[in-house]
Parts: sequence; C-alpha cells; structure tokens
Amino acid sequence: MSIKKIKLPFEDGIIETLKAGDRLLLTGTVFTARDAAHKRMFDTLEHGKTLPINVEGQVIYYVGPTPAMPGKVIGSAGPTTSGRMDKYTPRLLDLGLKGMIGKGYRSEAVIQSIIKNKAVYLGAIGGSAALLSKTIKSVEVVAYEDLGTEAIRKMEIVDFPVIVINDSDGNDLYKQGNEFTNKT
Amino acid sequence: MRKISYQIIVDKVSELCINANYELGQDVVNAFKEAVKIERSEIGRDVLNQLIANAEIAASERVPMCQDTGVAVFIVEVGQDIHIEGGTLNDAINEGVKKGYLEGYLRNSIVSHPLERKNTGDNTPAIIHIEFVPGNQLKIMMTAKGGGAENMSRMKMLKPSDGIEGVKDFIIETVRNAGPNACPPLVVGVGIGGNFEYCSYLAKKALFREVGKRSKPPEISALEVELLEEMNQLGIGPQGYGGSTTALDVKIEIAACHIAALPVAVNLNCHASRHKEAVL
Ligand code: SF4
Repeated sequence: MSIKKIKLPFEDGIIETLKAGDRLLLTGTVFTARDAAHKRMFDTLEHGKTLPINVEGQVIYYVGPTPAMPGKVIGSAGPTTSGRMDKYTPRLLDLGLKGMIGKGYRSEAVIQSIIKNKAVYLGAIGGSAALLSKTIKSVEVVAYEDLGTEAIRKMEIVDFPVIVINDSDGNDLYKQGNEFTNKT
Repeated sequence: MRKISYQIIVDKVSELCINANYELGQDVVNAFKEAVKIERSEIGRDVLNQLIANAEIAASERVPMCQDTGVAVFIVEVGQDIHIEGGTLNDAINEGVKKGYLEGYLRNSIVSHPLERKNTGDNTPAIIHIEFVPGNQLKIMMTAKGGGAENMSRMKMLKPSDGIEGVKDFIIETVRNAGPNACPPLVVGVGIGGNFEYCSYLAKKALFREVGKRSKPPEISALEVELLEEMNQLGIGPQGYGGSTTALDVKIEIAACHIAALPVAVNLNCHASRHKEAVL
C-alpha cells in the first residue's frame, strides 16, 4: 500500500483526491484544540464574536499533550477521541475548516458536514503518542493559554502519519474495515 | 506491628506512576508481537508495528507512551499488622501521585468538579481501593487508566434468567459498541456477580491481572478464551481500521451475588494497559 505525502494547509484540489483508507504523511501547520477549547470557540461564535484563530482552510488536531521535558518542543502528543467534539465540529466546518485529526467515530451530522464542505477526517493511532511526537518540530500556544494542556497551539509537523477515515465523498474506513474482515 | 514510613510510600507511588506511563509491561508487548504474526489485515499489522515501536521509544527515551497519562487508580493490599507512621495512607498515595505526575512530566487530567470542570493541576485525587489482608506487608498496585477506554465501559444489572448467554451478549455488545473509540486492541476486564458497585470494582480489578494469565475457575477461564475468540471475529481490528486483533485478552473476576441479581460490568482498557506494582 502506498503512502502519499501531503502538504498542510491542503493545496487546492487535494482533498477531493483523498479516499478512506489512504495512508498519508502530513507536513506543515496544524492547530490543536480539544474539549475545553472547542467549547470556548463555540460559545464565542454563539455570542457573535470572532475566533482567536482563523480556521479557514486549516486542520485541527484533537490533542492534549503531556508537558514538554527540558530541551524538547513538546511532550507525548497522540490523538484524543474525536466524538466529544462532534457537537461543535459542523459549525467550524461551515467556517471553512478543512480537516480534523483524531481517533474514533464521528456523528452522522459531522460526516454529512464533511461531505457538504468538502473536508476530510483523518485518524492518527491512539496511544502512539511517543512516536507521533517525533514528527512535531515546533509548537506555539496561540490562544486560551489558561487552558493548559487544552490550549490552542500552532504546530509544525513533518511526515506525521495518518489514515483517511471519512473522505469528502462519504466513504468511511470504520465501515469498510469491518466489511473487509468479515469477508476474508 | 511493623512500621512503614509515610515518605517511603510517597516515593514508591511516585515511581510507580512514572514507570507505568513510560514502560509498557512485557506482557502487553509480547501480546502485540504475537498478534502481528496472525493479524489478517495489512493496516492492522501496520498499526501493531507502530504500537511496538511506540512502546520501545517510550521505554528507551523515558517519555509517556500516551499523552493521556490517565487517572491514577490504586488497589492497595494492606497487611493488618502494619502501621503507617507520619500520615495517612490516602494522603501518602495522593502526595506520591502529585510528585510522580510533576517529576515525570505526565499530564494532569483530573477536574475537581464533574460539572464545573476545573483542572486540579496535579492529577489528584487518585482513586484508591483498599483491601485488608493478613500479614505485615503493603502491596501497592497502580494503573494509569486512560479516558478513551473508560468512557466506553458499561455496567448492567441482568436478570438471573438471562444466564450465560445474556452475559456473553452484553460483553460482546460493549466491545462492538466501543469500536475504535477505546483504542483497540483492547484488554477487557469483566466483573460478574457481586452487587452494583462491587461488580464494577471486580471488572477494574481484573485489568490488573497480567495479559495471558487465565482466571482460576476452569469454567471462567474457558469463558475468557471463548469471548476473546468471539471479539476477534468482530472485524474491528487495531484502531478500528479493520482486522482480526480487536482484543489482546479478556479477564473475568466473579463474586457471590443476590438470588435476584446477575450484575455484569465490562471495563475496557486500551492497548496502553499500564499497571505497575510494588511490595513494601
Ligand atoms: S484510550 Fe488509551 S491509548 Fe487511547 S488515547 Fe486514551 S489512554 Fe491513550
């Protein structure tokens, strides 16, 4: 199985070529946000205010890293369960967010919003945080610093391994995976 | 009456917290290696190989294997002939957790109030279960329990007439329902019997047992093997990407229960099945 190298933010026309089950190595910028940051972003939008980051065209990585040890840019940083962000995600996709990196099922509403907005949901391997951290080259807190591990960070990654779970055509690796095994 | 100092417990607990998060047990690593040999899906084998590599990096570089360094859960067997000098056992454990999570650069994942949700900043309080045993030793067993797998765990009060079939269905359904969210391959802890709260405790306690080590009663040991086979036919596979390795092991603890009850609890653990123990 081949592995595609992909630049972030996505270049025009790339998302449409990504299919559920594709293995990718991502290089470029992602923003981190998990439960508390999502809730705060959502409340900000509900109050008619603007977000502290522009999500248009960007990718959000659902992660709350461990503290960086001396001399390192970040601690261990693997994905958290995405489903807890489902309530907030369609709103961000409507604002132009193009991708999410996490682990686990998305709701039907999120899957429909991914199709509608031509976006993509990518899976990183939960629990492989020590390995994933090696691909993170720089980290900067850009908003909600008071949230600690849950703050919004801007990260530069190089060859960060993911797999496409939900593509913009509505294919779902979690469903395909089960079918695959039941047949063999 | 043997005396054990408060500070010795603090230091030992701190060490357990750090080592549990850095060094995945050999039992789990071996289970990964066995699984790679028989996993039918290519992506599945790829995931398992990444997990082996991840465990090696974490152990050799002394960093946490997962960013969710968990709730610190303890089962402590307190010999009835010991006396703890200089403070209480609970305080010593919590101080040890605080120290270990700080010095080990582990993540603080506890909020003080379930609805207001403010981080306590030091990963305390720990969850501590105490069992009194004969003798003059203190056995401290610790697990760093991640949120992803804990969230997919379930408990149900079945009717005695549901019988063994009802029990099996509930366990398999819980695993199926968890799908990718609990970070498979899983280690599945099951409690059968007891009452509402004791059953859940048994399921947690089962997770402390080594992977591959069977339960003593032969009918329960056979049930563990049968359920493991069934789980691995669900097709969920490593990380839910499809495959034949959905679980690494199933461990069941049983207890006596009321004539009207058949409680079953399924406590899922992810592949980051982290536990360490020490005897003082
Ligand atoms: S479920 Fe386990 S492996 Fe997955 S992110 Fe949580 S602690 Fe880590």
